[in-house]
Amino acid sequence: MRSIMKTSAAAIAILAATLGGASADGLTGNLKIFLDTSNPAPRATMEEMIAQFGEKNPDLTIETTVIDREAYKTQIRNFLTANAPDVATWYAANRMRPYVEAGLFEDVSDLWAEPEIGDNLASTKGALTIDGKQWGVPYTYYQWGVYYRKDIFDELGLSEPATWEEEKANCQKIIDAGKKCYTIGTKFLWTAGGWFDYLNMRTNGFDFHMDLLTGEASWQSDEVRKTFANWRELIDMGAFIDNHQTYSWQEALPFMVKGDAAAYLMGNFAVAPLRDAGLTDDQIDFYQFVEITPGVEKAEDAPTDTFHIPANAENKENAREFLKFVVSPDVQTQINDGKHLGQLPVNAKSSVDNDKFLVEGFEMLSTNSPGGVAQFFDRDAPAEMAKVAMEGLQEFMVKPDNLDKILARLDRARERIYK
Amino acid sequence: MAQASLAASRQNSWWHRNQQQLTPWLFLAPGILFFLFYVIFPIFQSFNLSLFEWDGLGEAEYVGLYNYEELYWDEAFYTSLKNNVIWLVLYLAAIPAGLFIALFLNQTVTGIRLYKSLFFFPFVISQVVVGLVFTWFYDPTFGLLNVMLGAVGLPPMNVLGDENWVTVGIIVAGLWPQTAYCMILYLTGLNAVDPEQIEAGRLDGAKGWRMLWYIIVPQLRPATFIAFVVTIIGALRSFDLISVMTNGGPFGSSRVLSFYMFEVALSEYGFRMGYGAAIAVVLFMIMLAFIAYFLWTMYKEERAR
Repeated sequence: MRSIMKTSAAAIAILAATLGGASADGLTGNLKIFLDTSNPAPRATMEEMIAQFGEKNPDLTIETTVIDREAYKTQIRNFLTANAPDVATWYAANRMRPYVEAGLFEDVSDLWAEPEIGDNLASTKGALTIDGKQWGVPYTYYQWGVYYRKDIFDELGLSEPATWEEEKANCQKIIDAGKKCYTIGTKFLWTAGGWFDYLNMRTNGFDFHMDLLTGEASWQSDEVRKTFANWRELIDMGAFIDNHQTYSWQEALPFMVKGDAAAYLMGNFAVAPLRDAGLTDDQIDFYQFVEITPGVEKAEDAPTDTFHIPANAENKENAREFLKFVVSPDVQTQINDGKHLGQLPVNAKSSVDNDKFLVEGFEMLSTNSPGGVAQFFDRDAPAEMAKVAMEGLQEFMVKPDNLDKILARLDRARERIYK
Repeated sequence: MAQASLAASRQNSWWHRNQQQLTPWLFLAPGILFFLFYVIFPIFQSFNLSLFEWDGLGEAEYVGLYNYEELYWDEAFYTSLKNNVIWLVLYLAAIPAGLFIALFLNQTVTGIRLYKSLFFFPFVISQVVVGLVFTWFYDPTFGLLNVMLGAVGLPPMNVLGDENWVTVGIIVAGLWPQTAYCMILYLTGLNAVDPEQIEAGRLDGAKGWRMLWYIIVPQLRPATFIAFVVTIIGALRSFDLISVMTNGGPFGSSRVLSFYMFEVALSEYGFRMGYGAAIAVVLFMIMLAFIAYFLWTMYKEERAR
């Protein structure tokens, strides 16, 4: 294993050298990197990648700090203002806005002006752009969609649905068989945001969804009510598992593993724990969220994780070279393959690993998402609004009759937050 | 001669004359400085911050009392306030519970030390662990609670997922370690109960409840006072259990003020430092009322001695 890693590292080094674009070789000085990739697989991936960068630049002193993913979300405010690293991980879109507006992230538009980044990473450029400038680079992203138990579908004689009617018909049969259609755990709220993203984007389209999340549209509008009416159809059928408000997304997995629930609307990161729990690739499969309003262009959630250079960094030139290294085609292919992050590479020149979920997800995002690509509910909306709204979504899932009260509350919050 | 004048001048130096008065202050100085800097100063800082709108990163904007006006209209604030009151009231159950366990354990049988340690155990383990254990206990699908309810013919319930039960459910979890704490306070208190008074009471024909109420409990007054203080403060500080067991949910119905403050100012989605500070000020006022009462009581007792 070690020798394989070494040879692949060497191969990349040679490749980079022969391509000639590598002025990166032989950097000197320091590079301080802060990572939030604290889960075992991402952590190992990042450390391996950084080691390769270190091999290319033997005179560079790299100091890597891995911080717990949840703790990182609050610590970033402190370390960006005092004692900033040279490179830090974060998330795209509105999630980076507070730091961009406070002048804590470095403008890296110069990197994006280079064709090898600007052209090859075009699909995620929008997510990294605020006020016409780019503030970081992506290093991975992943698709969302419906992961389902193929064996249960086969047993009940169901096939992958394509329309809302088919989806509901399937669900009715699953309920009649004494199971639940969807597992979900809304204790930490964001999973309900995923459902709303899809229902709203399919009911009203990507543009309206973005208007709503950026405060342009009202939560009490007819469009939003239509979305909730669709959602309510599922809730009234008893499609979701009971007591989901008590579970985290991980705690909701066993329902699907045990076969009490047939499907899970989730990000691709759910595949790994499902496999770990003993489900084989013959038992799990994936389909794109169905069409609801005919004619509305399909849009997808594909949250993007990013690298940024803090404005207070000391070694910005080294940091820029590191960002270039991270997004280069080979590194992207390597870190996103099934043995590493198991997600989608951001560089169009990279290849997707031969994993059925990654292949299907890549296909879906590149050819079947004409409406646009959203980041995710709590990354597209400002943090405060996301919190209030997701709480409302959870309340709706438990007490659908409170809808009017919830929507009025959200509109009041909207007036305060986007003024 | 020279020696004597040196000694005299030393005796007359300012330091020498005031040594008696100054020494205690010198010893107190580090403590006072730290207390001023880390406790008193932040209180005023919070007051000040609550008049601003600030995201913790950019420029703070002065908004006067706007944050308090927002609080007035904020439903979530009232939910938190109401829960704080429920906590204050129900948490006090730890005091009688602790007393009865202490009375029960205050006997000499073989291995009593072991039983005492076992009863004290929940106070030793971390609140986070207590929270996790009770979360599993309450789990609507796999939890022990519903098995027990089912055994006596009651319908299952989802304690932590029901906005009417969730706070009570968390308080019950909190009572487990808090009762142990009160028990220890009473056990030490019972050691100091005067056997002669019990003897005298017995001669006068007191037993059972009357003995407890008129002879024992009055002698436990100091222990009761301390138990009251730590329980009130514990109730107002409740944070870890809520964070572990429900994260404030479902839909914010188990939040208390301290948790709400954390959420709006410091959590993943919180960027409203001024608003958080305003909540902190309200919480501080509530605590101040109790603290003032405690200090006043203690002062009175000191004077009475």
